[in-house]
Amino acid sequence: MARQGVLVEPYHRLKLEQVEQLHQASLAILTDPGVICFNRQAAEVFGDHGADVSSINQGGAACWRLKIPGTVITDAVQAAPKVVKLGARDENNCLILDGHEPRVRFASGSEANKWLDVDMEAFVSKRNPGTEVEFPVFRVEKGTVDRLVKAARLCEHLDSWDSFLRTVNIQDDDITDDNKDVNKFFASLNNTTKHVMSGLTELSQLSNVVRMAQTIAGGEDRLRENPIISFITCIVKSPLQLVDDTTQKAIEIAKSGIPLVISSSPQGGSTAPIGEDGMVAQINAEILVGIALTQLVNKGTPVLYGSVPSRTRLDNLYDTYGVPEFNQYNIDCVQMARYYGLPCYSTGGVSDVKVPGIQASVERLFSHILVTLAGPQYIHYAFGLLERTNTFCPVQAVLDDAHISMVKRFVSQPMVTADRISESLKQVRRVMGTSDKLYILFVRRAFRSGEITPPYPFEGKDMGDETLFWAQKRMEEILSLPPSHIAEPVVDRVFQEVPGLLTRLRS
Amino acid sequence: MTEDILALIKENVIQGRITGDDEGFDEGLVGQAGVSELTETALAQGISSEDIIKRGLSEGMDIVGRKFEAGEYYLPDMLASAKAVGAVMEILEPYLIESNIKSKGKIIMATVKGDFHDIGKNIVSILLQGAGYMVKDLGNDIDPQAIVAAVREEKPQFLGLSALLTSTMLRMKDTIQALTDSGVRDKVKVIIGGVATSEEFAQSIGADGYGADGFQAVRVIEALNTSQED
Repeated sequence: MARQGVLVEPYHRLKLEQVEQLHQASLAILTDPGVICFNRQAAEVFGDHGADVSSINQGGAACWRLKIPGTVITDAVQAAPKVVKLGARDENNCLILDGHEPRVRFASGSEANKWLDVDMEAFVSKRNPGTEVEFPVFRVEKGTVDRLVKAARLCEHLDSWDSFLRTVNIQDDDITDDNKDVNKFFASLNNTTKHVMSGLTELSQLSNVVRMAQTIAGGEDRLRENPIISFITCIVKSPLQLVDDTTQKAIEIAKSGIPLVISSSPQGGSTAPIGEDGMVAQINAEILVGIALTQLVNKGTPVLYGSVPSRTRLDNLYDTYGVPEFNQYNIDCVQMARYYGLPCYSTGGVSDVKVPGIQASVERLFSHILVTLAGPQYIHYAFGLLERTNTFCPVQAVLDDAHISMVKRFVSQPMVTADRISESLKQVRRVMGTSDKLYILFVRRAFRSGEITPPYPFEGKDMGDETLFWAQKRMEEILSLPPSHIAEPVVDRVFQEVPGLLTRLRS
Repeated sequence: MTEDILALIKENVIQGRITGDDEGFDEGLVGQAGVSELTETALAQGISSEDIIKRGLSEGMDIVGRKFEAGEYYLPDMLASAKAVGAVMEILEPYLIESNIKSKGKIIMATVKGDFHDIGKNIVSILLQGAGYMVKDLGNDIDPQAIVAAVREEKPQFLGLSALLTSTMLRMKDTIQALTDSGVRDKVKVIIGGVATSEEFAQSIGADGYGADGFQAVRVIEALNTSQED
């Protein structure tokens, strides 16, 4: 049994005619001006399949301009699986992502450098020294392995959090480029039974990470049947440049058969056109070229269409996620992915502000609702991200879980059937025969079956806003629960077979 | 046999089931007898109304109260159980008179003249029934003179007045004045409630008590009832 997420009736911002126009525009971009490719193997692969490859001079680095005919792209994309399974240590937590089914699951992101803790402190009123109130104060810490473990444990127990993407960049003193990958994957896998997804820091570590996953999954065949990990690769530097390092990683991951996300994250106004049409045409071209590469390298590689478009702020040229255009770009990309029948790794739930609060809630709810309505198969960035994507706050993640559960209720399919209407008519007739005319007795079954939503779980009881106080309590409750560790003998084998793991992660 | 049927009444109070058609807190109970059928059977078997009240209703409501305080039950569950108790009390009313057994007290409830909002008043009525009071609900948009007439006829210990609107809450004062003018004000304790009202407003119009919600209304009436008995 896979995690079900929520099946939506998708909102179509674009008409089919517009989707096709954007598709044609993307293909036109890939033939003229084409893409600049800094990876020799990718240039050769595309050249072998009919692309016009010419060497160009770009700041001294070896690179090629690829002008790729539309048929090369469409044939390759056609070969990509339309259904991708993301496995999990507990197979009940696996995700079956069907590119034609608008069933939405929610995941975290994004390897933030900062971790934000919330402390409640008492403050005394200057005007009335007898009046003392509690307010949240915020403490910025760096991302560490221990904090990644905490986030994974939160993910394990928050119902709406379907898949764990590494939330923080682990920056411990004993973490190096060479041991980062094995430790971030092990810290995650050992603390959640849900699917674990991450980027790959060092290509040399791919084999160690895959060996670890095979050991935990129960062998090479079992990992193929139940891929408990997947990778994210950002092979494109926008606009339209295939980066040597990440392209090589994508090629090698594709050969391994592990599912991977081909993601692109241009900013409208700086690294992509700011207009909706230009932005979507370009990001779609960037994703298609990456997906095509994976299929040309290893036909049938399970791959997700990873769209992470944002807009540029005009005051500082940072990326911004709280503006309406962010939602427009993302909804359009979901429609493009559906046009190709590819499972979509979409983006929502980020806010620009640095701390939880009103702005954070407004900005993230905007995309939590709107992008969900579009029906992508997987929304990343959905938990805890603040300050664009630079900060992960676990208390915010607890709030996001509650908010997403309400969004899921809102977007769920209407339950209107002949049987239910008949049952309701009975209720109406029965209640109209009573003196109090109250339907309250009939609420009980609906409430207990989860059919209706409980009140906001972090509601304050007095005049103050107690949201963060109660969310933090909830976080502490979850973190006090016993962790869902991998069985001891399996951990022993992982530590024997995989070099570079920190011994403190065994405890 | 007596024990069995009283235990079933108690269990169905806990489940909040009046008739066999009702669902309960637990699943799969539809079709089994509710408190109404069980009470009729108990009376037919000669079980006393006092035993039904003490060992069926009161013990059942004690457990419901504990479940509510523990967060296991929500307000709809509490109201379902209270309605079940009220349904039994209605069946028992003639037997209580016959046996000269006094209920905890009689309460007249009304939403005042000009106001048609009665959800709050209805919930308070149900909770009072669940607490063992006999409740006579006059309905909504009730003229002060009609309330005076009901007080004269029913001789309740308590009168509960409800209003939702800031405009109609003033009719509470008119109603209390009508009771005074008719010479029955000292025969009945008046408790008011409704979203626009407050403790201060209750005092300003000469009411005896104020309930901010159904539970507080029951507590206030219980407190007034105890002081009356003293």
